[in-house]
Amino acid sequence: MSQTDFKQKYPQIWKRFTPAETLVRYIWYGGIVFIAVWSVSNLDIPWFYFLDAHVQAADLITRMIPPYWPFFLDIIQPLVETLHIATLGTVFTIFLAFPVAILSARNTTFNKTTWFIGRFILVTSRSVNTVVWGLLFVAIFGPGPVAGIFSVAARSIGFVGKLIAEAIEEIDVGAVEAIEATGASKLQILLIGVLPQVMPIILGTIIYRWDINIRESTVLGFVGAGGIGIVLYSSINLFAWHEVSVILVSIFGVVILSEYLSIKARARIT
Amino acid sequence: MSYPTTWQPPRFFTNPYVRYGVILGVLGYFLLSFLTLDADWQRTLKGIPRAIDIFQRMFPPNFSRWEILVRGVLESVQMALAASFFGMIIAIPVGICAANNLVPKPIYYIGRAFLGISRTFHSIIIAIFFVKIFGFGPLAGVLTLIVDSFSFIGKMVAEDIENMKPGKLEAIRATGASFPKLLIYAVLPPVLPRYIGVSIYRLDANIRHSTVVGIVGAGGIGQTLAASFSRYDYGFSLAILMTIVSLVFLGEFFSNWIRAKLR
Repeated sequence: MSQTDFKQKYPQIWKRFTPAETLVRYIWYGGIVFIAVWSVSNLDIPWFYFLDAHVQAADLITRMIPPYWPFFLDIIQPLVETLHIATLGTVFTIFLAFPVAILSARNTTFNKTTWFIGRFILVTSRSVNTVVWGLLFVAIFGPGPVAGIFSVAARSIGFVGKLIAEAIEEIDVGAVEAIEATGASKLQILLIGVLPQVMPIILGTIIYRWDINIRESTVLGFVGAGGIGIVLYSSINLFAWHEVSVILVSIFGVVILSEYLSIKARARIT
Repeated sequence: MSYPTTWQPPRFFTNPYVRYGVILGVLGYFLLSFLTLDADWQRTLKGIPRAIDIFQRMFPPNFSRWEILVRGVLESVQMALAASFFGMIIAIPVGICAANNLVPKPIYYIGRAFLGISRTFHSIIIAIFFVKIFGFGPLAGVLTLIVDSFSFIGKMVAEDIENMKPGKLEAIRATGASFPKLLIYAVLPPVLPRYIGVSIYRLDANIRHSTVVGIVGAGGIGQTLAASFSRYDYGFSLAILMTIVSLVFLGEFFSNWIRAKLR
């Protein structure tokens, strides 16, 4: 082996990638930057809005401080309603998500068609945002918390159902076979063989979703579906910024509290 | 000692008083929240025929104004792409600042508080503020999605860094490496794969969220959707919804494909 060959095979400086790999990587980087630039340039963003943005932001903050604390008494009831919307929507979800999850798990579904139906329900439910579901249910049930509950449930089915379906697909087959061997019916297999195995995941997911739902139901009022969002929206439209800051602080408190509860409860379960 | 003759599944709460207490408490709360609900049941019952009516008017979906639809969807996708890109970039410094084992305590608390506050508020609330500051249009939407993205990715990055084995950090520190070198040689390699995975997941989530920030005037297909609902133009609404669902489905398929390839 000559000196140059040796140097090429064992270079003095260690490099992680070969030149070809480096080229491919740079092509990826270039592509990503190109997509970002293309997207931004096509959005025709009025860049001059940035010029006075800090003025606008400062203006907003000076209007919000100090918060008008007595307003808090007026928003206790809507806050409680927000919690109720999230809770009842999640309760609905428990009953709806498990059957859908059974349909969409490959090992418990009945046939290809039911599997497809289950998956379709999950995808549809998940791709439509809670607030968009809110638009639909407000049109159906009229403004109010009932529409909110239905929209929370409609969105949560996809989330909870998907995670439960994934859990069902990973259960221990032995337990199911043992129940099958006793001559149990399909329903008994589901209730005794499958349900106990996925119960911790169902509870954990439900509690996790409850905590997300509280966050989501704070804005359902923007489309008229009840809760604190209605008050927030009207305060914003009235430019009552010192009320807005009270609402934001209380939303922050409620969300943090529910997140804390949800983390504690989930730590207890798993 | 007598053995039980019937099998009992293992219980979650072993103490029966606690068990029934918890069950009663939870059921009681559900009942209370249901009964105190400020709902107009008469109006709710009327909803069933209304639902049938709305669904009848939704079918067939009306794709005749597909130009508006395509423009809105394209705007949503561009918002999602731009927001994911900038969110990914901003998430790195924020995530590093919120990692307990890398930065001094004061910076850590600032980083955590920053992530906590931006995660608490729903994107629509954030969107309203950006609409007030930057005016109506996609700019407010992009900024909202950026906040959403960097708080989500940043939190994941911070957790990943905190879960790193301390040995790697110590080894690189022992060579006398500066802080940037520490980041490149100790932190980057173990964190990078999941960072990319989370970012791609976020792209897919941004496509979903970009359809909704428009409801408060922050651009994208959501604006068109909200307008069609308020005009009772349900045929067009269904067309938009179908487009959103298929777009999200495609986005999810794409992100699963890339994440499977990365593994």
